[in-house]
Amino acid sequence: MSSNDTIGKTMIVAFSLCLVCSVIVSTAAVVLKPKQEINKDIDKKRNILAAAGMWKEGASVEEQFAKITTRIVDLRTGRFTDAVSAKDYDQRRAAKDPAESDPLDAEQDVAKISRLEHYAAVYLVENSSGDIEKIILPIRGYGLWSTLYGFIALESDANTVAGLGFYEHGETPGLGGEVDNPQWKASWPGKKVYRQGDVAIALIKGTVNPSDVDAPYEIDGLAGATLTARGVTNLVQFWLGENGFEPFLNNLTSGEA
Amino acid sequence: MDSVKETLSSPIFKNNPIALQILGICSALAVTSSLQVTLVMCVALTFVCAFSNLGVSLIRDYIPGSIRIIVQMVIIASLVIVVDEFLKAYAYGISKQLSVFVGLIITNCIVMGRAEAFAMKNPPLPSFIDGIGNGLGYSLVLIFVAVIRELLGAGKLLGVEILPLVTDGGWYVPNGLMLLPPSAFFLIGLFIWGLRSFRKEQVEEPEFKMAKHTVVREGV
Repeated sequence: MSSNDTIGKTMIVAFSLCLVCSVIVSTAAVVLKPKQEINKDIDKKRNILAAAGMWKEGASVEEQFAKITTRIVDLRTGRFTDAVSAKDYDQRRAAKDPAESDPLDAEQDVAKISRLEHYAAVYLVENSSGDIEKIILPIRGYGLWSTLYGFIALESDANTVAGLGFYEHGETPGLGGEVDNPQWKASWPGKKVYRQGDVAIALIKGTVNPSDVDAPYEIDGLAGATLTARGVTNLVQFWLGENGFEPFLNNLTSGEA
Repeated sequence: MDSVKETLSSPIFKNNPIALQILGICSALAVTSSLQVTLVMCVALTFVCAFSNLGVSLIRDYIPGSIRIIVQMVIIASLVIVVDEFLKAYAYGISKQLSVFVGLIITNCIVMGRAEAFAMKNPPLPSFIDGIGNGLGYSLVLIFVAVIRELLGAGKLLGVEILPLVTDGGWYVPNGLMLLPPSAFFLIGLFIWGLRSFRKEQVEEPEFKMAKHTVVREGV
């Protein structure tokens, strides 16, 4: 055994072991990559459906998603655009690319996302006669520990919330992680976003008093997660505000998008 | 053949990694709030433990003593990444729920403990079987804890409703404590107590004796 302890032998064992292990690991990663990508895609579509309150357990995701049209919106003009392909557009990558995004200054950047992409993918639910029933918008922003990624769905009036859901975040389980709680998410549908043209929707501390005049604009806070709750308020206000989707929503309701 | 059976079965009750050696408690707390996730974790750990033992045992005569722990870690870590990739490809929902805990198998004391204590000194086949045995011993405790936690905490087993909850118009008021990690501590404690009542030889010698109560007397 003692001959194993020479420097040469140690180097050889370490090197060949690393080589064998790295081949195994990279083979697994490369071979399984396409399958994982499909799963990620399905998961995202499922979250879009869930945010709109259209997700039904058991049915195929692709089938349910067939009712949804993906369109690209130019956030700078607030109108639909065909500048990028809706199918292949990767919004998260674009947000990091200086060629496809603009930096936000501190005053505008309430959601702490630092860069805003030029284009955003939006998802429209249309009925059989082609009228828009629901508008699903991607949202993201910083909570306490992590960036929360999710979707908010609005009714056709572009003012009433139809649903909200986050598909990726790293908040504390049981506290900030309660943004995934179905009961809390169920308190969003029916709330109003805009009051006299300004974004008014916000999470409050404690429970909403239903008889309060502001109740339609208020969501229950998350107990023990003040900073996550503040982050959620900020990101919803940012994305539905003038730097986010507000111009697009105005254009959409006036038929000019 | 007897020794094979012995190697396989002794970690289940006689030398259980969680109940006797008190190893791998961290994941036992974290992943046992639902039975489905627990089962996947058990399979993943058994797989990693068996194959890391096999791998370490195969090259045990060539491992330099000075880097043996690192060598074991590299083998274990590679296997864990492979398992993680497989879960992401074939069980995406569960891999999201398990999140970091699959990765944390790398630091699971059971896997390292068996590699160092058994696989370094034994031929490949017994080492492989020892890995499976220890995986099963770990699984036994985890499944015991998960069944109780999910049943009493959520009224369900594998997502199927067993005890109808009050919130859904049933009669069972769920015990919220069961869904929190501390309950796993209590359950593992009860499991160890039960096991040691049957197998008295597992009871450890007390490390110190309690002194008798002294009578408080007024100063003389």
